[in-house]
Amino acid sequence: MAAAVALQGVSKAFGDVYAVRELDLAIRDGEFFSLLGPSGCGKTTTLRMIAGFEFPTEGSLQIHGVEMALQPPNERPVNTVFQSYALFPHMTVEENVGFGLRMKKVGGTEIAERVKRALDMVRLSHRATAAPKQLSGGQQQRVALARALVNEPEVLLLDEPLGALDLKLRQAMQTELKDLQARVGITFVYVTHDQGEALTMSDRIGVMHEGRLLQVGTPQEIYERPTSRFVAGFIGEINLLPATVIDHDSVRLAGGRLVAAATGVAPGSEVTVALRPERLELYGVNEVIPTNLNTVRGRVTRRVYFGDVFFYDIDTTDGVIEVKEENRPGVDLHEIGEEAVVAWDPAASTVVER
Amino acid sequence: MSVVTGLRPKSPAERLLATNSWLVFAFFYAPIVVLVVFSFNANENVGIWTEPSLRWYREVFRDEAVMGALRNSLIVAAISTTVATILGTMAALALERFRFRGQRVYDGLLYLPIIIPEVTMAVMLLLFFAQGFQWLDGAIGWSPTFGIGTISLSHIAFNISFVTVVVRARLGQLDPRLEEAAADLYATRWQAFRGITLPLILPGVAGGALLALTLSLDDVVITNFVAGPGSTTLPVYVFGLVRRGVTPLINAVSVIMLAASMVLVAVSFGFQRGSRGRVPESMAEDG
Ligand SMILES: Nc1ncnc2c1ncn2[C@@H]1O[C@H](COP(=O)(O)OP(=O)(O)OP(=O)(O)O)[C@@H](O)[C@H]1O
Ligand SMILES: [Mg+2]
Repeated sequence: MAAAVALQGVSKAFGDVYAVRELDLAIRDGEFFSLLGPSGCGKTTTLRMIAGFEFPTEGSLQIHGVEMALQPPNERPVNTVFQSYALFPHMTVEENVGFGLRMKKVGGTEIAERVKRALDMVRLSHRATAAPKQLSGGQQQRVALARALVNEPEVLLLDEPLGALDLKLRQAMQTELKDLQARVGITFVYVTHDQGEALTMSDRIGVMHEGRLLQVGTPQEIYERPTSRFVAGFIGEINLLPATVIDHDSVRLAGGRLVAAATGVAPGSEVTVALRPERLELYGVNEVIPTNLNTVRGRVTRRVYFGDVFFYDIDTTDGVIEVKEENRPGVDLHEIGEEAVVAWDPAASTVVER
Repeated sequence: MSVVTGLRPKSPAERLLATNSWLVFAFFYAPIVVLVVFSFNANENVGIWTEPSLRWYREVFRDEAVMGALRNSLIVAAISTTVATILGTMAALALERFRFRGQRVYDGLLYLPIIIPEVTMAVMLLLFFAQGFQWLDGAIGWSPTFGIGTISLSHIAFNISFVTVVVRARLGQLDPRLEEAAADLYATRWQAFRGITLPLILPGVAGGALLALTLSLDDVVITNFVAGPGSTTLPVYVFGLVRRGVTPLINAVSVIMLAASMVLVAVSFGFQRGSRGRVPESMAEDG
């Protein structure tokens, strides 16, 4: 079965500025796929090329195996939910939702039925005859969703659809969107710069940076096995320690400490060891530490209480290391100024480029 | 805290400014009042008041020259407004929605008719038509004459600029995402224009059309240059009459023209303003 959306060697230049470079990506049928990255990395441009609002400078773009790179938007089996909603202000809610079906020349009674079902789905049947501007932001958002989904597109494109909503509503809509996607089974391509959103909602995530797609994987793979320094640093909190490769399973940290880590690059290479704060443990200098763990000794310089967790900064010769310890009953507190040992399982670290 | 009930005493500066405003107002409107009052004067002599009467208004509608000029005015206004509105709207769309070679230059040149002195424009047009007709005569043996045709073409020429300015202002407020949304929902370019863009810019188009209509009905200078014998418009005819001396007939004609212009301008403002509230928030926010 062909991918829902397949991009091959897709580049997009505006003048001589490349917004997207040599993008290869296959989005599977029925999956919730997120494009994640910082502002200006080319997420929107990628989405707009799939929608047909922009045409690639180079490369091939297929939707369910059909070449679509240069097809106009109205000839593509995809629909878009815009960040600004882009509801037609001179039409009622139901006229907005029925617009696509009218353009496709669907019969009048069928349009009425499908519009009603779509509005039921987003729980807005009672506002069918309202004008868009009489609705709240969240309601407008749902009209935009209904307007796209009513056409039963093969792929639904969403560009930061929750960006304009406040935090509470945003979280509610995240769950709602995810449920909706599971129910209708349509492929969602979701653009966001919010890593939390991407991690919680997606089946797979593509991380973009400066027009390139750096890594594609499940949220777990992206979080736990970043393949580049950028991905490691962009998602979640992380310690990045400079090191030199010794052999395939050990590196020397900048402070001279030899630690175990799966490397996969030539000895002598300059690399970065990436460590998640919650994967680190903090021991007192006199405690017995299991011998299979890597250890680095340092001094506690900061302790922040978050209720459920403590954050510590440990100043070591290899750099400042942040440690996140759960606030469990019986956990030993470390005082500022005290010596302490940071320890971690070699499997918990990832080695990425410098 | 005490509740403020009375008005704050006015400062001398405030009084002065208020008085000034009223003086300016009087200066503007006194002539109009005089004109209107005297248009209802029964006397043959303009300056001597005898008694109120509708005599001159009756005369106006009986005077064939006036009626002929009025008919010409209406024909020219209808033609030039229609054509200028269509072309001006198209120009606005081209400038706002597409990128093409020479756009900058085109953009600047489009506003030229608004800026250059009317007399200059009139001379240019006169010369252009004279040369053009000569050339046509030589080339295909067809020699058109000055008249309603040349007046209409000239009015179209300056009206396009005004329509474009007004429609563009409206288009500028329109979220381009709306047109993309229409295309995304399977609308062809034409359907997107008919169903989304046009209804949303219609107040601008209507405002532009009314402005064009007003300008066409009021124009004297350009029309005077490019009019042929026996094809004058109403304002040009009145101008001609004045040179032969003011008659009470002119007062009545002037009042009618004044009333018509004011109605048009009022309607035009109504379109511009009444529609403003209908521009949705999503347009203003985006961008
Ligand atoms: N129409 C355009 N003309 C010129 N440059 C553009 C255009 N659209 C995008 N760009 C440039 O391409 C790059 C990528 O833009 P894009 O909108 O895809 O970023 P993004 O990842 O969606 O960012 P954000 O999170 O801020 O929305 C940016 O540097 C932007 O300036
Ligand atoms: Mg974007």
